Amino acid sequence: MKQSTARDDLVRGVWQENPVLVTALGLCPTLAVTNSVANSLTLGVATFFVLLASSIMVSSVRRWIPGEVRISTYILIIATFVTVADMVLAALVPDIHKALGAFIALIVVNCIILGRQEAFAGKNPVGRSALDAIGNGIGFMIAMLLMGSIREVLGAGTLLGFPIFGSNFEPWVIMVLPPGGFLTLGIILLVMSAFQQRRLRPAAASAAEPERRAA
Amino acid sequence: MTGGHAHGATPPARKDVSAGRLIAVLGGSGAVAGALILIAFTATDPAIQANRARRLDAAISEVLKGPARYDTLYVVGDALAPQPPAGVDPASAERVFLGHDEDGTATGFAIVAEAPGFADIIRVIFGYDPATRTLIGMKVLENKETPGLGDKIEKDSAFVTQFGGALTPLIGVKQGAGKGDSAEVDMITGATISARTVIKIINQALERLGPALAAQGATAP
Repeated sequence: MKQSTARDDLVRGVWQENPVLVTALGLCPTLAVTNSVANSLTLGVATFFVLLASSIMVSSVRRWIPGEVRISTYILIIATFVTVADMVLAALVPDIHKALGAFIALIVVNCIILGRQEAFAGKNPVGRSALDAIGNGIGFMIAMLLMGSIREVLGAGTLLGFPIFGSNFEPWVIMVLPPGGFLTLGIILLVMSAFQQRRLRPAAASAAEPERRAA
Repeated sequence: MTGGHAHGATPPARKDVSAGRLIAVLGGSGAVAGALILIAFTATDPAIQANRARRLDAAISEVLKGPARYDTLYVVGDALAPQPPAGVDPASAERVFLGHDEDGTATGFAIVAEAPGFADIIRVIFGYDPATRTLIGMKVLENKETPGLGDKIEKDSAFVTQFGGALTPLIGVKQGAGKGDSAEVDMITGATISARTVIKIINQALERLGPALAAQGATAP
């Protein structure tokens, strides 16, 4: 029983409740920085780190935080880890840090992170909170990489900076611009919900069948 | 706690928590957060400064076509001096870089200048030879121009290489409309504002620093 709970905590955020693709949270970075795989990956990793560190911290101190000030304390914790991540990225990968600009600092207001603190880490033990954060972090990264690879391949003709088409390929520039982000996200969500509906249809059809007969 | 939220995380507070405790919790976590940030800052600052210096150093070498060495000179009024004006922090004082070849002959200045472009501030560095009033090279240090269009000012080598050897003040012309004047720079189709800004940045910087650079050129050893 315990085993299945831990697995549920981990997998929920990756798939059934994927923060971007299912619950549609954190769309701002998903649209704004996914114009290349490298940018997506870096922001994904930074968000993952902040989410995991904040969840562990919040769930370990949750008993001492009065309800009245919990949101401000969560934000303080999140902001601290974001600042640390910002400095580490500036020191280690200055070019990518430059390309991401303000979006690293804006991880503070990424609603996925505050959402997980409020919905999970604030009322669950450290272990489960960490698993939940890992799951959601991976889920966010999957969505970012999906967006990033589609947009970079179509919009720049490269993958991780390496050209993948011949020299005759004319980059579809709109894909790396903001409209391309909306377009890509829309198509991904469309495909996701098409799958969802196909999975639900047999069940719905068999449930509706007896009613129709009765009528 | 009003408990109005449908899925509020914590149950409504059972009893009133004293204001002192709230302040203590917030103040305490603030202090811990501050200490953590201070540690991270101390650990990463040398690397960040080194990255910044390395980027500037590489840019200076690029726009001066690989000088043997270069000196940093500070702008003091209409002249250049090896020391910043009194009371000004060397890091924030306006400065230019004077490149020398192997024989110690001055080859030109590298100048950093900026102005608002189409999206945000565009920062460029360019090499300038005051003796011939020509540019040696140009590199965009920072830009947030439209990817695929405006960012060609940095990435399109056909645009960037035109600046080497161009006579100043520069004249921006529509692609193919030039008359062969060596001051002409072909603009980028679809990125007129960005390209024009780069030209404007260079012309304005030279107009402003021209007297100082010329004076230094005349007295150079």
